Amino acid sequence: MFGFLVRRLINYIVLCVVATFLSFTLSSVSFDPLSLLRQHNPPPPAATIEAKRAELHLDQPIPQRFLTWGEGVLHGDFGTTTTDHQITDELWRRVGVSLRLFLLGITIGILLGVLIGVGSAIRQYKLFDYISTFFSYVILATPVLVLGPLVKQVAQAINNATGSEWLQFTGEYSGTLDPNAGWLASFDERLRFLIVPTVTIVLGQIAYYSRYQRSAMLDVLGSDFLRTAQAKGLTRRRALFKHGLRTALIPMATLFAFGFGLLVVGGVFTETIFNWQGMGAWLVQGINDQDTNVTATVTLFVAVCVLLSGWLSDVLYALLDPRIRV
Amino acid sequence: MSASEITLDESVLDGAGDGPVLEVADLDVSFPSEAGRVHAVRGLTYEVARGEVLGIVGESGSGKSVSSLAVMGLLPEQARISGSIRFQGQQLLGLSDVQLSKIRGRRISMVFQDPLSALTPVYTVGDQIAEALLIHGRGRLSKAAAANRSVELLDLVGIPNAAARVKAFPHEFSGGMRQRAVIAMAIANDPDLIIADEPTTALDVTVQAQVLEVLKTAKEVTGAGIVIITHDLGVVAGFSDRLLVMYAGRAVESGNVNEVYQQPRMPYTLGLLGSLPRLDAAEKLPLVPIHGQPPSLVDLPQGCPFAPRCPLAVDDCLTAEPELSEVDSTSGHRAACIRSAELAATEAEVEDSIDGVEASNAAAIEAAVEVFGAELVEEPKAALRPRAERPVVLEVDSLVKHFAVTKGVVLKRKVGTVHAVDGVSFEVREQETLGLVGESGCGKTTTLMQILGLERPAGGSISVLGRDVSTLDGKARKAIRRDMQVVFQDPLASLDPRMPIGDVIAEPMQVHGFDATHIRKRIPELLDLVGLRAEHADRYPAEFSGGQRQRIGIARALALEPKLLVLDEPVSALDVSIQAGVINLLDKLKAELGLSYLFVAHDLSVVRHIADRVAVMYLGKIVEIGAVDAVFGEPKHPYTQALLSAIPIPDPVKERQRERIILSGDLPSPANPPSGCRFRTRCFLHATLSDSDKRKCVEVEPPRESQGDDHEVACHFARAKQVV
Repeated sequence: MFGFLVRRLINYIVLCVVATFLSFTLSSVSFDPLSLLRQHNPPPPAATIEAKRAELHLDQPIPQRFLTWGEGVLHGDFGTTTTDHQITDELWRRVGVSLRLFLLGITIGILLGVLIGVGSAIRQYKLFDYISTFFSYVILATPVLVLGPLVKQVAQAINNATGSEWLQFTGEYSGTLDPNAGWLASFDERLRFLIVPTVTIVLGQIAYYSRYQRSAMLDVLGSDFLRTAQAKGLTRRRALFKHGLRTALIPMATLFAFGFGLLVVGGVFTETIFNWQGMGAWLVQGINDQDTNVTATVTLFVAVCVLLSGWLSDVLYALLDPRIRV
Repeated sequence: MSASEITLDESVLDGAGDGPVLEVADLDVSFPSEAGRVHAVRGLTYEVARGEVLGIVGESGSGKSVSSLAVMGLLPEQARISGSIRFQGQQLLGLSDVQLSKIRGRRISMVFQDPLSALTPVYTVGDQIAEALLIHGRGRLSKAAAANRSVELLDLVGIPNAAARVKAFPHEFSGGMRQRAVIAMAIANDPDLIIADEPTTALDVTVQAQVLEVLKTAKEVTGAGIVIITHDLGVVAGFSDRLLVMYAGRAVESGNVNEVYQQPRMPYTLGLLGSLPRLDAAEKLPLVPIHGQPPSLVDLPQGCPFAPRCPLAVDDCLTAEPELSEVDSTSGHRAACIRSAELAATEAEVEDSIDGVEASNAAAIEAAVEVFGAELVEEPKAALRPRAERPVVLEVDSLVKHFAVTKGVVLKRKVGTVHAVDGVSFEVREQETLGLVGESGCGKTTTLMQILGLERPAGGSISVLGRDVSTLDGKARKAIRRDMQVVFQDPLASLDPRMPIGDVIAEPMQVHGFDATHIRKRIPELLDLVGLRAEHADRYPAEFSGGQRQRIGIARALALEPKLLVLDEPVSALDVSIQAGVINLLDKLKAELGLSYLFVAHDLSVVRHIADRVAVMYLGKIVEIGAVDAVFGEPKHPYTQALLSAIPIPDPVKERQRERIILSGDLPSPANPPSGCRFRTRCFLHATLSDSDKRKCVEVEPPRESQGDDHEVACHFARAKQVV
């Protein structure tokens, strides 16, 4: 099993390189980072444009540019943006922002999604099942573009009702906090900004996971081993959780892993709506700025996330299911 | 660990008193369904005394499992239950799940039908047994003690090397071992009642014999009352003290096991006994088919529910449902039939004319034949030429099929070989039935698939109707397929649910280019031939019962007027009363159409009834082959002897006297078969041999040698032994 996981990991490195190269090539071909410079009024002298071209290595063939960039990446240097900022510094800050935004949301979403899924499976065709099914489909059918502002509206209403401004929904922090305030105050500050976007993410996650968990649980509900567990003397509830849910979680492992990987990078809209400067927002910005290095960096990050998720799902599977531990 | 070391919980014993362990009275269970309420159990009453074994017999849908799940309190919540279930005087109906959970697993435990799915796949076997102990012994029992006790229990139920095997997961256990583990769980807390619901149905016969042995041990160790539920009259004959026969949700006959088998007083019981092919029949007896099928439990008509299928039914039977009343006041034998006295008279009458079967219940079987009017399908023996003169329709010579075991995803490499079929030779002649028998994993299905595939085999040769299949081109192969058709095991899965059965039957004819008028003419003929009505042609498979579906499968196979029919377990998915009808049909078709059958089955009683010759397979080889009477009457290979002795006979007196050969362990992996004789690792004869003889078994593969007229055995030390 260990050898298998190591081999998988090596395969994934190759895939990461391929994905990044394709993205680098595509953006290099289609982007024109000098266009902004040319549009300056008055137009800059040709020598300035040439100097910029050389600085951005645009005079070299694309594979060579990729190799130059790639070599830097190996040393932990992701190059510079078209406006001469170090990408590496920006990268870790933005990864941090994205993780802060999504880790909590995903964790809560998975937990609640599983619980609600199990609940509606156990109460199949009863009120709870109908309600959770209805809301799941409503949320699944609502784009984040709509859901986010809706949650904002609700938060605003709560603020209005309580006459406070406690819930915040733009950015990560206000920047007005006294830097000498204690950890409790800064925790409170962060929390105020985190709650609304987290609720948005959690809602979507619950809707998604609860549907899958419901059907996985229904498969297990009629199983013989659940009946054996009850025949042994477990109460129905204990048998359901200890034997039923434990087995019904196995098919969910892949979903959890990939859901995590994809959400971190798919959160473009969530980040934009709540004005969090994470990876998703950066990709949009990179494309707007016609910046190959930023685009390639985000792509590499996406590839690493997705492939790590795949790897994680293999590990999770092996942990959950003794039948494939060989 | 020996049985005596297990101490019973004194307090439980004291509480038991002398009364019955379980008293079920007027139990009614119904479920909602789209068609209306299904009355699965209707007014069931029975008792189980301490240490007594009660057998509950019935076909699928008779309510036998539902009633026992009601005792356990494990029915789904939408079930409506009324009546009374008293366990050691305590009323169980109406108790909450929490209250019942204190009784379940500690005082009443249950063994289920399918061991493959009865254990949670994600926990080790040891943990699951320990859980049963810990849940009822919290505070009194440490985890370590529970773990130790799990090892003892596994050892008790006969799992070798129990200390290591407790750490195994269920998927690492074979079916028989898993059922042992479930039994270990059931006896973990010394229960007073064990309910076993079809505990051996999913298992091979030799494993079934092992598991029944373990259940007997469980009974001795715990002293518990046992309710064993089964559809197999053989399984309960030797094991139970009393018998309860269920039909359409009700008890229709109950009493001492000998009495019920010897003097059945309800035509249904009589029919069931008569519908079983007998392994111990010296000559072929007619099988009693019970016509029709069990009634729908949604809305039962007035009167006896068996009346529509009963040959003795009179008008009075339709006025009211007969009560289960005493037919013998001294023994407490009860039957629900208004004509039970006449049945007794018929049995007395036929007493003199008994022939063919030497059984304690021969009179009952004769009476069944008489009452149900069963007839033996006589083959035109006179017209039949001697076997040697008839042409060979199928010849398999040294057939080999190996499967490679591979490892790795990208770079597959071979790490081993499964010797599924390893040099199998036999022939089927015209108008002859060859039964191919053996346990699961012996290679009988692979052999069949090789024959049906008509491809060049990896080793050896297959000839169909005199043509070597390796020389066939596409066109010739299609032509041969016309002459060799197949009937599959699962009648539902082998019929396209979206095709009316007329189209199902027409399809082979269309493929082979028959014109439409011919096909239109053939469909009603074929339906009639298999005992279905012509107007059924535009119905869909879902509208038919299991037995009828298998008849449709047979009609499809016969559409091209084949010469050879390959039958893969054609009756094993059917209820006993239905099975007899299909076997009779196969018998009739063979005689009328001059067919040859290759009949693959694991039920040796059925094979004895239908086959002329039989080949016994073990681990990819034929160990014994010959005429049915020779192989069954004087089996010479130890494996055949063990296989035959493992099959329960529906005769309680005989069952109790029989000496059973219990094979140890499971089938070895065909990826790594033992050297020399493949059976030696489980052979009881091998164990008794001298060292030099033993070496011969290990080193030399026994060749198939003739042991008299049409009887070949592959054993160095073949000797006849009477086992049936």
